[in-house]
Amino acid sequence: MALNLDSYLGVHAQALTLEAQRTELLAANLANADTPNYKARDIDFKAALAAAGGDSGSGSSGGATAGSVALTATNAAHIGGADSGITDAALGANLKYRVPMAPSLDGNTVDTQLEQAAFAENSVRYQATLTFLNARLKELMTAIVGQ
Amino acid sequence: MSSFKVFDIAGSGMSAESVRLNTVASNLANADSVSGDPTQVYQAKHPVFQTVQALGGAASQTADQASASVKVLGIEANQAAPEARYDPGNPLANADGYVYSPNVNVVEEMTDMISASRAYQNNVEVMNTARNLMLDTLKLGQS
Repeated sequence: MALNLDSYLGVHAQALTLEAQRTELLAANLANADTPNYKARDIDFKAALAAAGGDSGSGSSGGATAGSVALTATNAAHIGGADSGITDAALGANLKYRVPMAPSLDGNTVDTQLEQAAFAENSVRYQATLTFLNARLKELMTAIVGQ
Repeated sequence: MSSFKVFDIAGSGMSAESVRLNTVASNLANADSVSGDPTQVYQAKHPVFQTVQALGGAASQTADQASASVKVLGIEANQAAPEARYDPGNPLANADGYVYSPNVNVVEEMTDMISASRAYQNNVEVMNTARNLMLDTLKLGQS
């Protein structure tokens, strides 16, 4: 019986990619905290993860990804080909602008405190995903080594 | 993996904020540089920031377009008229006994300095966190 590493790692592999991209996005928001007319952006994480092939509802097993059928991509331009392609598309469709709590005179919609909180939350999530992945890989190593 | 872009973004933010800190320092240092000629007097300088969107496909929003760094578009001089002060004893005073002091608002500059320093610290924090996360990722499966 062959082991599909993708489905073995479950939702966490895609979640890690999306969380890395969200880190970048929130870093951009914080870097542009004083740029006139900059509009803060974020991703709808649940929808993006669902689109990336993971099911944000169940984080335990790889059942959700194992059930989905992926196209075979023979060209980098194919839609939904490589893993990163899936998450890119998932990110693009779920990239949203933040609704500002209060308007500002220079048209900037970055709320630094809010972005800081989101950044902290996202980095904790990233670390949690890393822990899950580490546990899965350790399990696999135990199965291989057998002791 | 394109995650190294987070360093570029935070780095651009740090560099922009340090330009802002530099202009604040220059404005505060010259707050009392008077001149007898209103056209020669120091004018307060302020940087103008602009977002740099990464070059991505025009068709759809891709991950490339998710990253937006910041750059300093230019330094603008404050065009408000300098303040004239009657001070005939000043060696720089003009024929009527007036000297002109720069249009630097010291209180405004101080608040600008605090804002720039906080924004700089934010970017440093982002870079530190991203660095730690990336180092943790490198150790994936090793522990």
